[in-house]
Amino acid sequence: MTSLLEVRGLTVELPTPEGRIRPVNDVSLRIGAGEALGLVGESGSGKTMLALALMGLLPPGARVSGEARLETGGAPQNLTTLDERRWRAVRGREIAMVFQEPMTSLNPVMRVGAQIEEAIRAHGPKLDAETVRQRTFAALERAAVPEPALRAAQFPHQLSGGLRQRVMIAMALASGSSEPNQEMSGGPRLLIADEPTTALDVTVQKQILELLGRLRRELNLGLLFITHDLGVVAQVADRVAVMYAGRIVEEGPVRDVLARPRHPYTAGLLAASPRLTRAPLTPIPGSVPQLAALPPGCAFEPRCGMRRSDCTLAVPNLRAASPSHTARCVLIEGAA
Amino acid sequence: MSKGDHILEARGLKKSYRRGAGAFSEGTDGARLTAVDDVSFSVAPGETFAIVGESGCGKTTLARMLLRLIEPDAGEILFQGENLLAANGAELRALRRRMQMVFQDPFASLNPRMRAGEMVAEPLAIHEGGLSRARLRERAAEMLARVGLDASALDRYPHEFSGGQRQRIGIARALILRPRLVVADEPVSALDVSVGAQVLLLLQELQHEFGLTYVLISHSLPVVAQVATRIAVMRAGRFVEQGIAEQVLARPAHEYTRALLAAVPEVPLPT
Repeated sequence: MTSLLEVRGLTVELPTPEGRIRPVNDVSLRIGAGEALGLVGESGSGKTMLALALMGLLPPGARVSGEARLETGGAPQNLTTLDERRWRAVRGREIAMVFQEPMTSLNPVMRVGAQIEEAIRAHGPKLDAETVRQRTFAALERAAVPEPALRAAQFPHQLSGGLRQRVMIAMALASGSSEPNQEMSGGPRLLIADEPTTALDVTVQKQILELLGRLRRELNLGLLFITHDLGVVAQVADRVAVMYAGRIVEEGPVRDVLARPRHPYTAGLLAASPRLTRAPLTPIPGSVPQLAALPPGCAFEPRCGMRRSDCTLAVPNLRAASPSHTARCVLIEGAA
Repeated sequence: MSKGDHILEARGLKKSYRRGAGAFSEGTDGARLTAVDDVSFSVAPGETFAIVGESGCGKTTLARMLLRLIEPDAGEILFQGENLLAANGAELRALRRRMQMVFQDPFASLNPRMRAGEMVAEPLAIHEGGLSRARLRERAAEMLARVGLDASALDRYPHEFSGGQRQRIGIARALILRPRLVVADEPVSALDVSVGAQVLLLLQELQHEFGLTYVLISHSLPVVAQVATRIAVMRAGRFVEQGIAEQVLARPAHEYTRALLAAVPEVPLPT
């Protein structure tokens, strides 16, 4: 599979009253064209900050280092070194993003059709009005919004949560398509979806997950799907990366990682997840550490039931549990 | 089961709202939105009766009616055999002492400048006016210890706690009056998975320790599956199905229950 995004040693530093923290710490990952990577973590794990770094949307004062190479056909670009002018050619056009709560990303006093048109025009200022209108309807249809003409004329509050999320997906995928009659040609190659179904009911969630799966296949779209829900990951992702306190602690094919977790944190999350059949839940003791006060060594060590004396010595490297499966844990024999 | 065996009985509960009856709307067309439509059920002592449904199904309105925080339009609620809807003044206060609520985010509705100790002791201060400040503090500390927080929590403010700790404080506040019935409205849905499991286990421990009866309101079938003895599935204001938890989950009778179950993204079991 050709590489679409290759992240190496990505680190984000933020100034806080308690000192500089690293919500994203030495993260490496790879997404191929048409591939779905699930990024799992609890609150404060750094998963959203990683997404914002890949969209060039970090808060002021953030310092980024490392590399994030995006290859969408032309010359590869390193996202960590783009200036704002070049970001504008990438953001929305090559990488698009949808968020958890569409209501906060949509303009409440603007009809949804006009908002999609605006996004299309931002990337194709020379398009005539009729083309823009047609593309707007096509985008809504692609996101399986029923009665696109009616919906386009409505305001966000008139739509259900599921429809709003479909509108956001339509907008995300519409903005890059600059070739008039070749619908798919210029659209984004990578979609970052940050908890896109967390605020939705399960039956609606199911529809949105199916929609994303279909679009991924049809458009050969790379997908970075951020979630706290291991069940959702099992459904949407080919591979999964588990984040804890800013670092990736485990990465591999979703089936391997969920069936045979090699990091105690991943195993702990699985044991704490309620399922439809009643089984004793085993919570992970304690809570996520503050980034300003990380323990020495492995950040999970204070909560880990399998800790050894050497866990506090140094942050473990990612070690290979199999050729395609790595975990940042000293319990895996043989250093990477 | 005879009447006396139930701690809570609800019969024919109804609540509707005038459509568009906001501050800026005319709302004169007489159209009404039915939030709860003829709901009946009964709960035995020590049970965990779960009401599960999607957003807008009326489950939160129903939960609030059970504590008479919202007045039903019609129906009857018997709590420990007493008619809750007919109770007034001192009678109602006495009943309310025995029924408490746990919220999704207990701090959303509370004063952010109140310390955790005061927050936990407040119901006690209201219902037992004679207690000294020192005694209130002592009782709050005891209750906090029961939910797994040490005495240092007493003087801290809401923002100093994590989500899981806040929910523990909310539970301590609900239990300090030693109620018989606790209505828990989405108690773990704002929490991370690992912390949510801690809070679910804590609720189960406290149920045994204090002999509590729970009415659990949740949108999550997996959460409900862990703790419920019986499950009612609610849709558009009505119970479409209610029964023993294992049966509802394994052999759902209603097509909507089947659709809900099928939509749950199941976490695979590790091998």
